[in-house]
Amino acid sequence: MIPAAFDYEVAESADHAIALLAEHGDDAKLLAGGHSLIPMMRYRLATPSVLVDVGRLDDLRYIRTGNGTVSIGALTRHSELEHSAELAGACPMLASVAALVGDPAVRHRGTLGGTLAHSDPASDLPAAVLALGGTIVAQGPGGSREIAATDFFTGYFESVLAADEMITEVRVPAGGGGWNYQKFNRRAQDWAIVGAAVAGGGSGVSLVNMGSTPIRASGVEAAVAGGASAAEAAAVAADGLEPPDDLNADAEYRSHLARVLTERALNAAGVA
Amino acid sequence: MTITEDAPAAHVGSRRLRKEDPALLTGEARFIDDLALPGAIWVGVVRSTEAHANIVGIDGSAALEIDGVHEVLSGADLAPLWGEGALPCAWPVTPDMKNPTHLPVATTTAKYVGDAVAVVLADSRYAAADGAAAVVVDYEPLPAVVEIEDAVADGAPLVHADLESNECYTWGLWGDNAAAVDAAFAEAAHVVSERYLQQRLIPAPMEPRGCAAVPSPAGGELTLYSATQIPHILKVMTAVVLGIPENKLRVVAPSVGGGFGCKLNVYAEEILCSALAMQRGAPVRWTEGRTEGAVSTIQGRGQVQHIEMAADAGGKVQAVRVKLLADMGAYLQLVTPGVPLLGGFLYHGCYDIPNYMFECTSVFTNRTPTDAYRGAGRPEATYAVERAMDSLAVSVGVSPEEIRARNFIAADAFPYESSAGLVFDSGDYQAVLDKAVALAGLSERRADQARRAAEGSSKRLGIGFSSYVEMCGLAPSRVLASLDYGAGGWEAATVRISPTCKVQVVTGSTPHGQGHETCWSMIVADQLGVDPDDVEVLHSDTAVSPTGLDTYGSRSLAVGGTAVYMATEKVIDKARAIAAHQLEASEDDLEFSGGVFRVRGTPEAEVPLAGIAFAAFTAHDLPDGMEPNLEAHVTYDPPNFTFPNGTHIAVVEVDTDTGDVDLIDYVAVDDCGVQINPLVVEGQVHGGILQGAAQALYEDAVYNSDGQLVSANLGDYLVPSAAEAPRFRLDSHATPSPTNPMGVKGVGEAGTIAAAPAVINAVVDALRDLGVTDVDMPASPQTVWKAIADAQGGAS
Ligand SMILES: Cc1cc2nc3c(=O)[nH]c(=O)nc-3n(C[C@H](O)[C@H](O)[C@H](O)COP(=O)(O)OP(=O)(O)OC[C@H]3O[C@@H](n4cnc5c(N)ncnc54)[C@H](O)[C@@H]3O)c2cc1C
Repeated sequence: MIPAAFDYEVAESADHAIALLAEHGDDAKLLAGGHSLIPMMRYRLATPSVLVDVGRLDDLRYIRTGNGTVSIGALTRHSELEHSAELAGACPMLASVAALVGDPAVRHRGTLGGTLAHSDPASDLPAAVLALGGTIVAQGPGGSREIAATDFFTGYFESVLAADEMITEVRVPAGGGGWNYQKFNRRAQDWAIVGAAVAGGGSGVSLVNMGSTPIRASGVEAAVAGGASAAEAAAVAADGLEPPDDLNADAEYRSHLARVLTERALNAAGVA
Repeated sequence: MTITEDAPAAHVGSRRLRKEDPALLTGEARFIDDLALPGAIWVGVVRSTEAHANIVGIDGSAALEIDGVHEVLSGADLAPLWGEGALPCAWPVTPDMKNPTHLPVATTTAKYVGDAVAVVLADSRYAAADGAAAVVVDYEPLPAVVEIEDAVADGAPLVHADLESNECYTWGLWGDNAAAVDAAFAEAAHVVSERYLQQRLIPAPMEPRGCAAVPSPAGGELTLYSATQIPHILKVMTAVVLGIPENKLRVVAPSVGGGFGCKLNVYAEEILCSALAMQRGAPVRWTEGRTEGAVSTIQGRGQVQHIEMAADAGGKVQAVRVKLLADMGAYLQLVTPGVPLLGGFLYHGCYDIPNYMFECTSVFTNRTPTDAYRGAGRPEATYAVERAMDSLAVSVGVSPEEIRARNFIAADAFPYESSAGLVFDSGDYQAVLDKAVALAGLSERRADQARRAAEGSSKRLGIGFSSYVEMCGLAPSRVLASLDYGAGGWEAATVRISPTCKVQVVTGSTPHGQGHETCWSMIVADQLGVDPDDVEVLHSDTAVSPTGLDTYGSRSLAVGGTAVYMATEKVIDKARAIAAHQLEASEDDLEFSGGVFRVRGTPEAEVPLAGIAFAAFTAHDLPDGMEPNLEAHVTYDPPNFTFPNGTHIAVVEVDTDTGDVDLIDYVAVDDCGVQINPLVVEGQVHGGILQGAAQALYEDAVYNSDGQLVSANLGDYLVPSAAEAPRFRLDSHATPSPTNPMGVKGVGEAGTIAAAPAVINAVVDALRDLGVTDVDMPASPQTVWKAIADAQGGAS
C-alpha cells in the first residue's frame, strides 16, 4: 500500500505548526507519531497534500505534576507515559493504560496528543482520559483553549478540534480513588474489541469501541453513585448503545463484553 | 566431549548456529525488492474489484496523466505476448479434470476479486501504484459463487460459463474395498459421523512476492529473478508458456523470506514481467503489496469434510469413509487440484484401520485460487481424523489417549502397508504418545480440570490430543506418475573438493528460510572430516545449480539432503582410489575417518584428504584412466515417502464469560527420524505449531456474500505473533527411516499438521461438560462464547 503523493514540512514550534496549518488550509495535516495517520494514508483513506511534522517538538514532551493536576505535553510518547516514575505516582492509571497500547514499536512512536486528536473509538488512552475527567488544551491562531474530555469527541475520528488547531497539552487530575482498565483483544498488539475504564473509585467510567466515540458510561456511574453493586452497575453498561459489528464481534457479543468487562473493572477498582 | 582421531567430532546432531543468520539479522541479505535495476519498468497490476464480472471497458486516460506512468495495457493488448500460452497446472489428477484457460491478465471476464484485468507500466513503484489506482474499469457484474457448498447447489451460477458445472473433478480411493467398508459400518458398535470446515487461510510469509525480469543487452537471453521456492520448476514452466528456449533462460531466487507453499507456483506476474522484458528489451519488475497479496497470491485450505468412522465395541476402528468438497478457487494454479489428494491417503491417520474409502469432489468458486499451504492436504486430514477420534472416545467412553492406544499401528508392524495403499517406513506411535503424556503432566492437569469443573469455575481447562503421521520426502517419481503429477520427485546434488580442500556443495533444493546451508554443511563436514565452515552451499540459481526440483512438502532433507550425502560418498570413493594408489595399498584395506585415509593395521601409512584433493587437481599421478578433480554428481529418486509422526498435547484455559481461549501449555513429541540439527528442528516445530494454532484460533480469510475478501490486511487477518505463542515443550522419539542412508524423515510441516486439532480438541474438552461438542475454526472468543450459549440453551 503506497500513499498518494504529499509535501512535507517540519515545524520548528507549535506556533510554526499552526501557521503552516493556516497557510495550507484543509489539505494539511499534523504528523506526530504517524502511527494512525500513515496507515490511513497507505490505504488512501487520508490523502493530505501537506504533512506538517510536529514529531520533533521536544518541548512538548513532558509530564509535570502540581496543584493536584498532571500536565502532559502533547508529543509525549506512549512509552514515556508507560515508564514515567512521576506518572506512576500521580496517575498510575494512565501509565498502565499506555502500556497496553499496541506493541513496543507503536508505543515508542505514538503520542498522547495524536491518539486524542485521532479520536478513534477503539483507542485506549482517549477512554482513559475521559474516565479520568481530563482536559485537552488546544492552540489555534487565536490562542489556546481548554476543552473538557467529555466535550471533545464528536464522532468516528471526529472531535471539536478545528483544522488549524493543535493539541499542546493534556491534563488529568492527580491521585483519586480506585481505578482499573480492562482491555479485551485477541492479539497482544491489537486494538480493544471492547474496553472498560474505571477511575475515581467508580465515579468515572468509560467504554472503548462501543460506539462512534469513546463513551462515558454515565448509567454505570450513576448506579455506582447510588450504591449499586459492581454487578448491578455493570448490568446497564451497554444500555442504549449501538456498538459496531465487525469480524471480531457483533453488537450482541460486544454488549455482553461491555457488561463483563465493566464488572471486572469495577471490582478491581474496589467497587464491591 | 573429547575429540580423538578415532571418534571425530560429530556435527550432525549438534545445535550449531545457522550460517544464514548473520546476513539476515544484519540486513545484508538481498531480497527481490532490494535489487537495483536502473531503467527498470515498474508494473502496476489493476485487479478486479468484482468477484465475477464482464469487463466492458478499461479507461486508462486518468492514469496516463500521472507523472511517470507511460502505458496502460488491457488483457487484450497483452494477449499476443503469450499467444497460446496460459498459466500452468502441473497436476491433472483425473483424465476428465476441467482446467479452464488461465490467462495472466483476463481479457473478457474477471473471475475473482484480485484477478488481473489490466497493467500499468511506469518509471517507479510509486507511479505504478498511482497509475493502477487511477485506471477505471467498467464492469458488468455477473452472479458469483462464493461458498464451497453453493458451487454444487442446484442452479448455481457457473464460474466458467463454458464448463457445464462448477465441478473440477472427482477423485476417489477405495479400490475393491467399498463393500467391505459398507459391511464394517453395518456391523459397527460405534459410528461417528462428523462435518468439519477448513476455512481458507492466507499464507502471509514475511516477504511478499515479487519478480524482476532482466533481458541481456545482447538480446535473446533472459534472467528472471523471483521470490520463489521453485526456480527450477519456474524456469521450465516459463520456457514452455512463453516459448523461450530453456538455454536462453536463467531463473534466480535471491534471499527469499518464507513461502509456506505460496511461492511454490508459477504466477501471472512472473510470466507478465518475463514477456514484457523480452518484448521491451528492458528490465521489468513488480513487487507485491500486502493487501494485494491477500487476493493475488494463492490461499490455503478451503474444504468441507465429512468423515465417518465405524468401530467395534472396544473402540477399534474398522472403517473410515470420507467425502470432501474442496475449493479450487476460480482457476487451477500449479498443483491446486493435487492438494486434497496429499491428504487423501491419510484419513486413517496413524491408526490401523483396515477398510478405507476416500472421495473428493473439487469445485470452482469466484475466489482467489487455492494451492499448497504448509502441510497441503495433510493438516486437513489430520484435523478430521483427530477430531473424529475424540468423538469416538466419547462414544466408547474412554479417554483420548486410550482410544488412540487401541488403534495405533503397532511398533512391530513396520514396514506397514496402509489400507490407503502406502507403505509406512518406521515408528513407535505408542512410545511417542507415552512420552507426551508424561511431559504434559497429564494426571495433574486432569485433576485441575476436574476441580475447576466441580467448582463451576469460569476458567475451564481443556486438554487436547493430536497424534499424526504425515507423508514427506516428496516423492518417488513413479508414485507421482501414478497420481498423474506432471514431473518427477528426485533431487540433484554436486559435491566438489577444491585444490585447497574446501568443499562446494551444489544443491537443487531451494531454501527460503529453512537452513539448508547450515545443515548440508554439517552433513558433508562429518562425512569428509572437515569443518562445516569450510563447506559452501550453492543453490537457488539455475546457472549455478542447473538441475533441481526445489523445496516443498518437507522434501529438502529426505530427498535433497540424501542426494548431497550420496554425492559426498561418491567423492570419498574416488578419493579412496587415489589414496590407495598413493599408499600402494588395496582400497579394501583403507579406512577413512576424521579426513584421513589410513591403511588398517599400519597407522603410519596415512594420507589426508587435503593431499588427495591437491593430487586430484594437479593430476600428476592419478590411477590410470582416472579423471582429474574430486567431484561427483548424484540425482536421487527416493524409493518411498518418509512418514514423520508424533503426538501433540495442547492445554487451554477457556474463559466462559468471554469465550477467550488461552493456550497455556503445548507439548510436542515428534519423530522426524534422525535430526541433523535439533536447533533447526525446533525452529521448524515452533513455527509450525504456531501456524497450526493460528488456524485453530486466529486466522480466517473471510469473504462476504459478494465475494469480497474482508480480512485483506494484517489488522483483520490475525496472524499471531510471539506474544500469542504458547509455552512450547518439545521432545522427540526418533525411529530412523530405513528409506534413506541417514535415516531422516522431514519436519517442515509437522507442527502445522498436528497443532490445529490438538488446540480445538482442547477447547472442546474444556467445554464438554457444558454441552459443547464442536467448535468451528477459528475458535474466536465470539465463536466460543456463542457455542457455550447455544449449548446452554441460548441463555447468555
Ligand atoms: C500496529 C498498530 C497498533 C496499534 N495499537 C493500538 C492500540 O492497541 N490501542 C490504541 O489506542 N492505539 C493503537 N495504535 C495507534 C497508536 O496509538 C497511534 O500512535 C495513536 O493512535 C496516534 O498517535 P500518533 O502520534 O501516532 O498520531 P499521528 O498518526 O501522527 O496522527 C493521528 C492524527 O492526529 C492528528 N494529530 C497528531 N498530533 C496532533 C496534535 N498534537 N494536535 C492535533 N492533531 C494532531 C494528525 O493530524 C492525525 O490526523 C496502534 C497503531 C499501530 C500502527
